[in-house]
Amino acid sequence: MQIARVVGTVVSTQKNRKLEGAKLLLVQPMSLEGTPRGTALLAIDAVGAGVGEQVLVVIEGKAAGDALGRKAAAVDAAVIGIVDTVDYRDSE
Amino acid sequence: MQLAQVIGEVVATIKDENLVGTKLLIVQPIAASGEPAGRALVALDSVGAGVGEHVFFVRGREAAFPFYPAEPPTDAAIIGIVDHWDLG
Repeated sequence: MQIARVVGTVVSTQKNRKLEGAKLLLVQPMSLEGTPRGTALLAIDAVGAGVGEQVLVVIEGKAAGDALGRKAAAVDAAVIGIVDTVDYRDSE
Repeated sequence: MQLAQVIGEVVATIKDENLVGTKLLIVQPIAASGEPAGRALVALDSVGAGVGEHVFFVRGREAAFPFYPAEPPTDAAIIGIVDHWDLG
């Protein structure tokens, strides 16, 4: 799982049937230090997250489908938690 | 599977219902030399690991298997605590 920040929402009226009713968020993966890392991606929202929130994102098809509650859905990422706190120390 | 060191934890009150009761740990993958290798990520704990410990973890859909019959939506899971490793 990656820590990410919700940077936007995506609205799509015409989409695959398995995605109907799903909320799509634009999420920006972040480093532990809080800097953007890589390209923002689209994720299904399973927890009711909103723009600006720090979230946990799974980037794997089966997990994303489970979060959506649908088998064989054409999704590969999902927001599965809203982060309250992150505690870490440098590994060195 | 990959060696890693647990370097932190994440607390999330609001989460997928299949994640309730699980522990979310931040793991830093490490090379055989023990040096950090690649980016840290969040993994579900299945073995009772703690911060500072060396562990190994699995990525992909197999990461949900340790929690069977539950199917938590995860792409990484800690599946062992390393006692030690030796290089030949």
